[in-house]
Amino acid sequence: MRTPALDLPVMLVDVRIVAGDVTILDQISLKLEAGPPTVLIGPNGAGKTTLLRAAMGLIPASSGLITWGGREISVPTRRAIMYQRPVMLRRSAAGNIRYALAAAKVPRAKRDARLHELLAEVGLAGLERRPARRLSGGEQQRLALARAFARDPAVLFLDEPTASLDPAATKAIEDIVRAITARGVKVVISTHDLGQAKRIGGDVVLLHRGRLIENAPAAEFFAAPRTQEAKTFIAGELLV
Amino acid sequence: MEGDVSALHLVLTADPVLRAIVRLSLEVSLTAVLLSALIGVPVGAFIALNRFPGREASIVILNALMGLPPVVVGLAIYLLLSRSGPLGVWGLLFTPSAMVIAQTVLVSPIIAALSRQTIEDLWVEYHDELAAMNVGPLRRIATLIWDARFSLVTALLAGFGRAAAEVGAILIVGGNIDGFTRTMTTAIALETSKGDLPLAIGLGMVLISIVILVNALAWGARRVGERYAG
Repeated sequence: MRTPALDLPVMLVDVRIVAGDVTILDQISLKLEAGPPTVLIGPNGAGKTTLLRAAMGLIPASSGLITWGGREISVPTRRAIMYQRPVMLRRSAAGNIRYALAAAKVPRAKRDARLHELLAEVGLAGLERRPARRLSGGEQQRLALARAFARDPAVLFLDEPTASLDPAATKAIEDIVRAITARGVKVVISTHDLGQAKRIGGDVVLLHRGRLIENAPAAEFFAAPRTQEAKTFIAGELLV
Repeated sequence: MEGDVSALHLVLTADPVLRAIVRLSLEVSLTAVLLSALIGVPVGAFIALNRFPGREASIVILNALMGLPPVVVGLAIYLLLSRSGPLGVWGLLFTPSAMVIAQTVLVSPIIAALSRQTIEDLWVEYHDELAAMNVGPLRRIATLIWDARFSLVTALLAGFGRAAAEVGAILIVGGNIDGFTRTMTTAIALETSKGDLPLAIGLGMVLISIVILVNALAWGARRVGERYAG
């Protein structure tokens, strides 16, 4: 039985994020609840990464409100993020996960067992002693996922996790996403790949130039897009 | 040529005078490097990870201090430790302790400046991941120092190189007293001026060998460490 998901729902209300004189996110309102994955799509510079980081609590809103489980405290309790290009700590694969377990305050006595569970879960069993930076790109992504799982997240943010991976490595990541979704973890994933958005399903959120253009269940979004931007993007035309 | 043969003889027979000088040199320089590491690495880490008024100026000053002239440091420590100086009551002038203090003053800025750069570079790389893991300030510093350990060894080697090769500061505060504060560099300077080239050359050979050996050991340790830690 999982402990209550203290970080859900994640609510963004009229969130605006400004850097210098550039508006990165503009009046975003979005509710991320337990359930199927939410897929953020949009062209480069749409604000997907910033939205993920803000929802994770890593970037404060310039205006508007972000709450986690009804609280405004941004310290993550059960949320985790995996970046597009995760940085491997200069340790072995096991050392990276042990570090994440310690940071998540998992009791020392339980860390070894949890370490082996996590390695098995992401298909890295047997690579414990391999320096993390010598793993392949796909293996590093999976190790980063295992590090994120060390927090036992109720909500997991994935920033284009398969952007630089081949089809086999992409499938491995998507299989893991499906498995953790089935376990009740809320996944919020950004992607450029419309095929991936369809495969993962759930809700689709289209962002463009920092604004939320459309938010709908995947089947509805792809079958009957309501906005011109969504139609353009789905048609594979350039959304500029 | 005759001087070279005699020098080699001194080295190969482990001449007691030469041995004592080498031992004292290593004791002074290694102690100074250890103390400098204890001071310099935390100072470098603090400047690397914190934003405070005057930070940029402190980085410039720290970098400038890497080029401190040894004779100036020697003079300053001499004035502090001399009988009429503020620390004269400690009675440290012309002792190995005074030499350690002088070399620590010389080496600490080198280790601090190089550590600052190393840790700051790694912090740029690690920032997002550690933030995502909600790692606190103390654990963050410990992580960065540990993960930068192989690069920090290079900073320590630079400090050791400075300490081992330095002559001006320890000559002033140590006095080059035979059997008490005479080190390899001060002995080389003295013996050369006296015309006793075999001892000077022998000490020079030992000094260079030690510097190469220490660097080789550090390089080997780094390669082995990287093989396991990545």
